Amino acid sequence: MFDYVTLKIIWWLLVGVLLIGFAIMDGHDMGVGTLLPFVGKSDLERRVVINTVGPHWDGNQVWFITGGGAIFAAWPLVYATAFSGFYWAMLAVLWALFFRPVGFDYRSKIDNPTWRSTWDWGLFIGGAVPPLIFGVAFGNLLQGVPFHFDNDLASYYTGTFWALLNPFALLCGLVSTSMITFHGAIYLSHRTEGEIQRRALRAATIFGILLMILFALAGWWLYAGIQGYVISSPLDHGEMANPLAKTVIRQSGAWFANYARAPLTMLLPLLVFLGSTLALLLARKDRTLLAFVASSLAITGVIATAGAAMFPFIMPSSTDPSSSLTVWDSVSSSLTLSIMFWATLIFMPLIIIYTSWAYKVMAGKVTAAYIREHDHSAY
Amino acid sequence: MAIEHLVALSRLQFAATALYHFLFVPLTLGMTWILVIMESVYVMTGKPIYQDMTRFWGKLFGINFALGVTTGITMEFQFGTNWAYYSHYVGDIFGAPLAIEGLMAFFLESTFIGLFFFGWDRLSRKQHLLVTFLMAIGTNLSALWILIANGWMQHPVGAEFNYVTMRMEMTDFWAVLFNPDAQAKFVHTVSAGYVTGSLFVLAISSWYLLHNRDVEFAKRSFRIAAAFGLASVLSVIVLGDESGYTVGEAQQTKLAAMEAMWHTEPAPAGLNLIAIPDEAAQKNDFEVKIPWVMGLIGTRSVSKQIPGIIEIKQKNRLRIQNGILAVEALEALRKEPGNPALKTRFAQYQADLGFGLLLKKYTANVANASSAMITKATNDTVPRVAPMFWSFRLMVALGFGMLALFSLATWYSVKGCFAQRTWLLRWALYFLPAPWISCELGWFVAEYGRQPWTIYGVLPTHQSVSTLGVASLYGSLAGFLGFYTVLLVVEMFLMVKFAKQGPGSLGTGRYANEITQH
Repeated sequence: MFDYVTLKIIWWLLVGVLLIGFAIMDGHDMGVGTLLPFVGKSDLERRVVINTVGPHWDGNQVWFITGGGAIFAAWPLVYATAFSGFYWAMLAVLWALFFRPVGFDYRSKIDNPTWRSTWDWGLFIGGAVPPLIFGVAFGNLLQGVPFHFDNDLASYYTGTFWALLNPFALLCGLVSTSMITFHGAIYLSHRTEGEIQRRALRAATIFGILLMILFALAGWWLYAGIQGYVISSPLDHGEMANPLAKTVIRQSGAWFANYARAPLTMLLPLLVFLGSTLALLLARKDRTLLAFVASSLAITGVIATAGAAMFPFIMPSSTDPSSSLTVWDSVSSSLTLSIMFWATLIFMPLIIIYTSWAYKVMAGKVTAAYIREHDHSAY
Repeated sequence: MAIEHLVALSRLQFAATALYHFLFVPLTLGMTWILVIMESVYVMTGKPIYQDMTRFWGKLFGINFALGVTTGITMEFQFGTNWAYYSHYVGDIFGAPLAIEGLMAFFLESTFIGLFFFGWDRLSRKQHLLVTFLMAIGTNLSALWILIANGWMQHPVGAEFNYVTMRMEMTDFWAVLFNPDAQAKFVHTVSAGYVTGSLFVLAISSWYLLHNRDVEFAKRSFRIAAAFGLASVLSVIVLGDESGYTVGEAQQTKLAAMEAMWHTEPAPAGLNLIAIPDEAAQKNDFEVKIPWVMGLIGTRSVSKQIPGIIEIKQKNRLRIQNGILAVEALEALRKEPGNPALKTRFAQYQADLGFGLLLKKYTANVANASSAMITKATNDTVPRVAPMFWSFRLMVALGFGMLALFSLATWYSVKGCFAQRTWLLRWALYFLPAPWISCELGWFVAEYGRQPWTIYGVLPTHQSVSTLGVASLYGSLAGFLGFYTVLLVVEMFLMVKFAKQGPGSLGTGRYANEITQH
């Protein structure tokens, strides 16, 4: 149906779509988790906050699981190299995520303040840690990661966990945290009323402005202080995937070359500012659903900006640049990419349809009265 | 040696986290259908007690499900974090069912579980039943896809090694999908889950009956669990037998070890009911044999032979020797890709490449492997017999114990006097751990029995790990054990609390033990 080169590009786009879908859908749950201890002062308020995402967080988390599965299937070398190289970072994400299913389901089953506040902080960790670490991971991808392959294509990561926590990467972590918290706050303003909604709007303002400032700062730093990567040898894009068949050099300004080549892509960083500003304005006018769409666009802008800058690189190697993983040479076979493309094409629209239905069924503000009425069944 | 240590710790971590995850999965699999049955009766009869049953058993299901999700994410991460070379080497095939599992099954299950719990007063009765049904379908489909992935590890079909990309690549998706090993495994495993769910409901209902409380609620639950459990346990046994048959074709080694069959016997072979295997002498010190049975199960014939361990090893030794030539040819081909003579030579021995890789445990330079190394590698090709032999027997014994229990429970349900048969109620209660023990043993037999391979005949376990430091493994293993212990304590606490409290926890005012807590 499609040739191998087209499939490779399609899968770069599809992984992007899955990451953006994850950030929008699971992101707002995580944002709500991060805000939980701060916008909910009493137990009743916290239950209101939790129940805005209660029926949906589990389905939304599948964006994350499917994203992981899709990277495994489409980019097995990236899955293998990144997950094992970022070992402790991945475990930190995993262990933070442990708090969510049990936090949501167990919290309100026992009426004890210590029990409940322990799970509330668990939900905070489950909401705040993953976005922070994903941001830090992106920050490291932009700088290159210390790894290389041997002749059998076994990967060796030669850095430490602490080296991942460098200043630029931490800045990216803050961009990501602000983005997710902002998005969660906008969602919360849509599903709550009264005092909680006011607090959510205040949080949205703080984190929305923070997102724009930090994003601009990271962009400037990337431009001024970080070398990009360029494939320096001729490469047949339709060749079988072998990351050792090319040479790569580091070059200043390389991460901005795609923007010069295709100026339309400059709309992507603009989208961040546009989406964030629009979301803040709309939320203030009580057009909270549209505000959610706008903050989703801002998220799309952030992730797509990084993706477009790095294309065709996925995971550059700082210690052995020629081992870098790109969309051309870290992918699955043509057959697997093709099967997975069709599977995604069939199931993704279905998922969107029934997820929308689930939101429609549960639509409306979550109120204190709702919690009292469903004392035994609500989270 | 550091690498030995790393492999052992990686295996231990995988086994611990997988076995732990598998404490929650079977109950989820079974409970979803029991909830569908209960709710269907509610929709058909309109009797509120059936809605209460759906909600109460649903509550317990939810407590279990939360840990299933929690520990399931670990499994998805762990291939990449700890089995990086495996992920690279077979991701082209193995990744696909995992991704499709997410798209087709997890989304369905997880989206509708939210509506199952929160949609009661926002959906019509029929809509809610549809939600419950879709949740059950999603759950069961997830088992299908993960077992397609696992079936491929046991019996790798529809794939071929590519020397340019240094990995296995898919050649036939339908072969992977309709792998007979995967299909038999799927039905066997989900049925075991249904048995687990049934016994869970049966045992707790029995406890209420023994305490003479919520009797109507418990009786109805008991009857549904008894009938569903009987159908399921029959399916487990029949499909277990079917697995025995496919195992016989694809993985004779596992069968031989499981049966402590050291020598090939004249067909049809007898089944060792009990034996005391002696690993060092490669014989059984004592055995009670039923003639014919093994041959019938394993080959579905009276004339085909089932190979014994010693003969399997002899054959594997030859394959390892060919494997050395395959590894040599591959190394030459990697240096001179496209050389037609080397290509032909590699193609000649390619089928035994995996067996050549077994030697990497003993030497980096496979070409110069000594005869002693070849002997060691040959001995590795059959898993230790005693653990396989006894795990399998205990699993089967418990299976037949459950068959007896469910048969009697169904019999007395039909007669309508089960509530007075206290010995039956006690049996059901005390047998509560049986399905979990059987499920874990079944996992052990299937996965330990595949050793020394991650992908049978293709990739040795020893070659599959990430290049991590041993310290990292100790750290993560300690972390998992710590987290999982705490989570298990919390889960058990809640489960026991709500099971004891019973349907009163719904707060409907219709049951014993109404409380102020939730």
